[in-house]
Amino acid sequence: MKATVTTANSEEKTWGGGNEPMGASYGKLMMWFFIMSDALTFSGFLAAYGFSRFKFIETWPLADEVFNHFPFMHGVDAPMYYVALMTFILIFSSVTMVLAVDAGHQMKKNKVVVYMFLTIIGGLIFVGSQAWEWKNFIKGQYGAIETTGGSLLQFVDKDGKRVALADFAATLHEERSQLKRSDATWFMSESSLPSYSVAEVQAGFKAHLELLIRTEVIYEGSAEEAKNSTINHDLSKVKFKTVLTREESELRLAQAAHVVEGANLIRNEYGNKLFADFFFFITGFHGFHVFSGVIINIIIFFNVLLGTYERRGSYEMVEKVGLYWHFVDLVWVFVFTVFYLV
Amino acid sequence: MSHEHVSNTKRIWFVFALLSVVTIVEVILGIYKPAVFHLNHFLGMNLLNWIFYILTVFKAYYIVWAFMHLEGEKSSLRWSIVLPIVFLILYILFILLTEGDYIYGVFKDSTIKWNF
Repeated sequence: MKATVTTANSEEKTWGGGNEPMGASYGKLMMWFFIMSDALTFSGFLAAYGFSRFKFIETWPLADEVFNHFPFMHGVDAPMYYVALMTFILIFSSVTMVLAVDAGHQMKKNKVVVYMFLTIIGGLIFVGSQAWEWKNFIKGQYGAIETTGGSLLQFVDKDGKRVALADFAATLHEERSQLKRSDATWFMSESSLPSYSVAEVQAGFKAHLELLIRTEVIYEGSAEEAKNSTINHDLSKVKFKTVLTREESELRLAQAAHVVEGANLIRNEYGNKLFADFFFFITGFHGFHVFSGVIINIIIFFNVLLGTYERRGSYEMVEKVGLYWHFVDLVWVFVFTVFYLV
Repeated sequence: MSHEHVSNTKRIWFVFALLSVVTIVEVILGIYKPAVFHLNHFLGMNLLNWIFYILTVFKAYYIVWAFMHLEGEKSSLRWSIVLPIVFLILYILFILLTEGDYIYGVFKDSTIKWNF
């Protein structure tokens, strides 16, 4: 047991082992090593996200239009409230974790048990919330059209409010068959057919004269844009997406190639394709960290219950998993800023 | 070692309150997007985003210093963790963001239309 307990005997045997020049035990130092390498991994991901965002700076989706759901408030536009709640839950579970570490320093087993338990609950709520967030993201709300050129068109009414495909698409009695692997020339297939065909959306748009198309391009209000007669200047707000005039909308919609509903790794109804890829990858990788953190916390929780650390005379193990748990919280602080605020 | 067995609970709750307030401020700013901050730029980024990044680093500082308790560690440990991370992150951000901005320029000014 001696090897796992912090012993400060640096007086003798400088080169004989058991010496801690940084005042931290082997296990704790290794946890810091791991955290540093993981921090660099995450910063690599976030920097890659920044790279792609700068590359498509004029067309990147606006977060508060994408993440605007709140449980039990169906159809209400609630940007960011939910993710703020998630952030709060994760910070709070970080607090209970550090309280558990603190109680461990004072060898108060029962307090450690209670705080560890609360931390695990907080972690589980966070993972569950993230699953709900993903569900909404994947399902989508309004639907959009992708053109042959690869840009994305969304629909708004005369007040600039988003309109869902379901609200205007015509019903044409046409046969659409799903492309199956067995019918395809090369290794191609599609998982499911969208609810509407391109022709149905086009026909519905023709019938609803008040509808307009909103492009991915962010309106800057520049002199150059002011001269552009294809833009609806009443509905386009500076720093928000550009709305087109009715004539231009019809022209653009004629180039439609795909109906996009929700999000997957190939295309998404929110805008740039890379946006959904990065969202899935980075929040997924973070969610996996939270999940494994919960598992590790549960293991340590049972060890505390069994009295392992009481017998060992040190709760340093709780401190080590605490470091990992705080790190997960730290990463979320950055993911939150980069994906939801900026 | 920092194991003097004194309870830090007061500081912990203080930091929790601080982090919560900062998060709430961020969310309020994010929802209302005040035009003063949103439409004015500094070094190519609008002031609102500057505020968000500064508040993020502020929160990160408190998480690392108070919760991960780096403030109680020896300064050799502290700096050997913080310095490499800060240096490498600034480095990768500088390179990738500059490059992203350059490719944006290529797309904008040349005949390439789209898209990978």
